Amino acid sequence: MKKIVELKNVSKSFDGELVLDHINLDIYDNEFLTLLGPSGCGKTTTLRIIGGFESADEGDVIFMGERINDVPPHKRNVNTVFQRYALFPHLNVYENVAFSLREKKVPKDEIHRRVTEMINLVALSGFEKRSVTSLSGGQQQRVAIARALVNRPKVLLLDEPLAALDLKLRKDMQQELKNIQKATGITFIFVTHDQEEALSMSDTVVVMSNGRIQQIGTPIDIYNEPVNAFVADFIGESNIVDGVMLRDRKVSFSGHVFDCVDSGFGPKEPVDVVVRPEDVDIVPEEKGMLKGVVTSVTFLGVHYEIIVDINGFKWMIQTTDFVDVDEHIGLYIEPEAIHIMKKSEYSGMFGDYSSFSMELDEIGELEQIEELAEEAAAESENET
Amino acid sequence: MRKDSNKSGLGLIRSLALAPYSVWALLFIVVPLIFVAYYAFTDNNYQFTTENLTRFFTATSQVSSGEATREVRTYLLIFVRSLKLAVISTAICLLMGYPFALMISRASAKTQGVLITLIMIPMWMNFLIRTYAWMTILQDTGILNGLLGALHLGKIHIIGTESAVVIGMVYDYFPYMILPIYSVMAKMDVKLIEAARDLGCSGAGVLRRVIWPLSLPGVISGVEMVLIPSISTFYISQKLGNGKFYLIGDAIESQYVANNLHFAAAIAFILMLVLLVGMALLQRMANKRAMA
Repeated sequence: MKKIVELKNVSKSFDGELVLDHINLDIYDNEFLTLLGPSGCGKTTTLRIIGGFESADEGDVIFMGERINDVPPHKRNVNTVFQRYALFPHLNVYENVAFSLREKKVPKDEIHRRVTEMINLVALSGFEKRSVTSLSGGQQQRVAIARALVNRPKVLLLDEPLAALDLKLRKDMQQELKNIQKATGITFIFVTHDQEEALSMSDTVVVMSNGRIQQIGTPIDIYNEPVNAFVADFIGESNIVDGVMLRDRKVSFSGHVFDCVDSGFGPKEPVDVVVRPEDVDIVPEEKGMLKGVVTSVTFLGVHYEIIVDINGFKWMIQTTDFVDVDEHIGLYIEPEAIHIMKKSEYSGMFGDYSSFSMELDEIGELEQIEELAEEAAAESENET
Repeated sequence: MRKDSNKSGLGLIRSLALAPYSVWALLFIVVPLIFVAYYAFTDNNYQFTTENLTRFFTATSQVSSGEATREVRTYLLIFVRSLKLAVISTAICLLMGYPFALMISRASAKTQGVLITLIMIPMWMNFLIRTYAWMTILQDTGILNGLLGALHLGKIHIIGTESAVVIGMVYDYFPYMILPIYSVMAKMDVKLIEAARDLGCSGAGVLRRVIWPLSLPGVISGVEMVLIPSISTFYISQKLGNGKFYLIGDAIESQYVANNLHFAAAIAFILMLVLLVGMALLQRMANKRAMA
């Protein structure tokens, strides 16, 4: 595969605060790559450096083999779909899409052909003469995509383009973006803080935190083989406990020795152990490798999410079997379900569900419902 | 139920809040305008007549330049002169104000505040005093010529010329051009400029294709707010033009002072009509551009 964008040791500070800390990243032709991380992790800054809207303090930005640090945005073969679309309010749909072609003085009939083709691609035919301000969020999103693609860039940058859409529309657009990427063969660099979005759309996911890249890999690698507690926690739900590697394929945690599939750690090396909530089986207490008490049960439709107290550490388990609060249960974990990670700066910060927030959310909602009920009662009193 | 009553309650509050302004507008805008029209169309005995209006177009006077003497339409000449000076002043204000407004709107929030205050400070001083200040600057023995003399650059005669009148107008009305343009530009989404850059526009392209069309509403109100007062000013031309450039505002003032209220009203009425039509055309042009 051909490298199309390379970031070499790129650093960037704003007001003395380091936002990007020596980033190294290779992006390949035809790839759907996602920069994933919480807000403030540096993902948008990375995108803006590739787009030319920010310049790197240190390091090189290479585009198709050439250093482009000092090339202004309008001379880069890269286009951007902005977070809130940034459509030109004084131009209609057709003129928004035609904007870059008119700047390049493309002949009129070719502009017409290419704009029409793009408007069809994003399923907006019939809307050409409409003012962009009269469109819904989803339609504006499509115009923004068409406007960026009409120029046939080598790379398309997308800055949280779906953040403003509702859930249903977001799912549809995810699929559509993926299809457009496959159909056009353009490299997509997609920024999001939504891990589900990242996993479902990308060929490659780049997980970022505190201005550093934590892990680069396929969605499956990132989910199954997180490199540290941050990645394990950020991507999906994880129980992360302290363990000690006894020898290859033997690990001890929570007072029990487990078989596992990992090797290559030093003898008696302290490690972080990740177990995904869906990989834990509930068994009768006497048959369990670990024993605990259920402290909460939440019904989520597809499964129950239960919190189990094991020697003071709260585990999250997703199960389709019903168990009751205060029930004593046993847990069974298969060797393949155990993932061992080296200790990192993030050890001990994540993966314990003792302050699980869903319970708090529910209390909040309950209060709201009570308030609403009171209001309704007051209202009916007023009416009579 | 509750929603409806809320709504009508709000409606009541709104009309109450608007009441002072409505009364004010009626008493000091609508009624005076009716009076202007009424006086323009009546004679000294308050009988209907169009004579005042026709006088504006037909009155003549003799103008001698050197040996030759020619007859001119007095008020049409004055009107054209006023229009010329006002258009020149407005154009200068726009040419200086637009880049300045753009620069301010792109500065940091703190700098923006300082620059806008600096622009407003002269407005805190009385308009007459400012005009007098320009007289002392521009006089033949004034500050400007003193400075030029000290630098051995010779002297210039500027007071009593059209240039002096234009300088006065530009100075007095410049803030009215900058402020509306700046306020439109300051609200403009920076992402639009980035998007234009992203789509291949150089700096000039961004200005021409995005910033200019989006700032047009500000430009139009700026032009209106400079053109209208400068077309009807009389004080600046009297003081800085040494009374040599009789403008439409001077004409209204002198007719008024001479107690020719009906003719003064007629001139004001015609001026108002011309401005209204002119502004409507300008607005329409801008709307068309915005739609295109």
